[in-house]
Amino acid sequence: MKMLINVPETVVADALRGIAAAHPELTVDVENRVVVRRDAPVAGKVGLVSGGGSGHEPLHAGFVGPGMLSAACPGEVFTSPVPDQMVRAAAAVDSGAGVLFVVKNYTGDVLNFEMAAELAEDEGIQVAQVVVDDDVAVSDSTFTAGRRGTGATLFVEKIAGAAADEGAPLDRVVSVARQVNGSSRSFGVALSAVTTPAKGSPTFDLPAGELELGIGIHGEPGRERRPMMTSGEIADFAVEAVLDDLRPTGPVLALVNGMGATPLLELYGFNAEVQRVLTERGVPVARTLVGNYVTSLDMAGCSVTLCQIDEELLRLWDAPVETPALRWGR
Amino acid sequence: MLDADFFRRWMAAAAASVDREAGRLTELDSAIGDADHGSNLQRGFAAVAAAVDKDATATPGAVLTLAGRQLISTVGGASGPLYGTLLRRTGKALGEAAEVDRDQLARAFAEGVAAVGQLGGAQAGDKTMLDALLPAAEALGSCFRGAAEAARAGAEATIPLQARKGRASYLGERSIGHQDPGATSAALLVEALADTARAGGAEA
Repeated sequence: MKMLINVPETVVADALRGIAAAHPELTVDVENRVVVRRDAPVAGKVGLVSGGGSGHEPLHAGFVGPGMLSAACPGEVFTSPVPDQMVRAAAAVDSGAGVLFVVKNYTGDVLNFEMAAELAEDEGIQVAQVVVDDDVAVSDSTFTAGRRGTGATLFVEKIAGAAADEGAPLDRVVSVARQVNGSSRSFGVALSAVTTPAKGSPTFDLPAGELELGIGIHGEPGRERRPMMTSGEIADFAVEAVLDDLRPTGPVLALVNGMGATPLLELYGFNAEVQRVLTERGVPVARTLVGNYVTSLDMAGCSVTLCQIDEELLRLWDAPVETPALRWGR
Repeated sequence: MLDADFFRRWMAAAAASVDREAGRLTELDSAIGDADHGSNLQRGFAAVAAAVDKDATATPGAVLTLAGRQLISTVGGASGPLYGTLLRRTGKALGEAAEVDRDQLARAFAEGVAAVGQLGGAQAGDKTMLDALLPAAEALGSCFRGAAEAARAGAEATIPLQARKGRASYLGERSIGHQDPGATSAALLVEALADTARAGGAEA
């Protein structure tokens, strides 16, 4: 497998050096692997910190900036960051108003953020955590590590980030984040497996004529394999899976997300099918975002995330945001 | 009796073993996880070996506590906090003693293993590192070699199990038929302990 890298050992550090060069509005600590908005800590503002394995770009470093995250800590590829990074990020963004950790529900992320929260509190930083768990493909949660955190992470980071930017206190930012997570569901599909730099070959074997339904974002196989489907058939399957669980009674935000190797031409075509299914099911769509936002290295495929919103959440979604990968309204 | 130097040699042996077996651990992890278990532990135990080597005056408990802290700070993922907790809690349970015997180590190790179960919320049979660590902790009361054999057997016994914790749990029934990488690396850690004991003449 050909890759645009030097050696597998330095891919994360190399990417961070590149982010630093492209985004002078961010402070990038390459050695300690922490990305912070340059004006942090912002007086009186709750700090929002997220992080997770690398390989999901632009998540999370691409969402650092006014209106969204205060800091991000990228781990090794598909490996959660370590508590030291999280504590460093929390200390860099805490203005005394407290810090919210946005954590995707993967065992490693949860354990490391829990340890970091304890350590940060020892340093006098008030820390709250919200665990994102939106993936409906994990059905029998009592026999697994629970639903994975995937596309809804973007919704939580954007909407809670807007609340924090308005000066909402920590408990309010936490309740907004929990509301967004509780109102969001996702379903993902893989058309090809992932190749991690360290392994250099696909993590699982997916024949040309087949697809995986119900994948996460770490190259793990999904719950089920089927013969290849059309874009419309995939939209039917994915949106039905989300709606059957979410059962929205009002308008939704829609994220049609690419896993990294699917072109926008295909994603927009897929979005047309997603909108068709939602119309057929009578679900009004308030806003739609299409693009590669929560990716899985070079995986081909897509995911659909829907979030049922009220007027307040929609207002916070529309609020200005200025980050490398999400930017509007200012 | 086992002194601080014995525990340093154990950590060095564990680092060498993980380094040697990293490819196999990653291969096992690519079947039911995300193909990084070997490289993550390799990075962590290299840091452990370097740190305990520099720290010359420590007690057995301090060596393991330091090793655990190093793993938490360098590994990431689930295995960083889990292995880190195993060694830290074992180290703390050993207290300040300058030397400990195998019985004391066995009791402390059992506390470390219990802490791992508590942190990860896993039980025997969930297809995790506990499936190697729990039988090893029990056998360590009798002899080092028996603990290593129990750990290895426990790791192999994960093959027919369906994972209920960690990333492999998302595969459901498709996780059956693969040996758990975490149980495999846990067996390496216990085997390194038995090898260190034999090399030091502490075999019993």
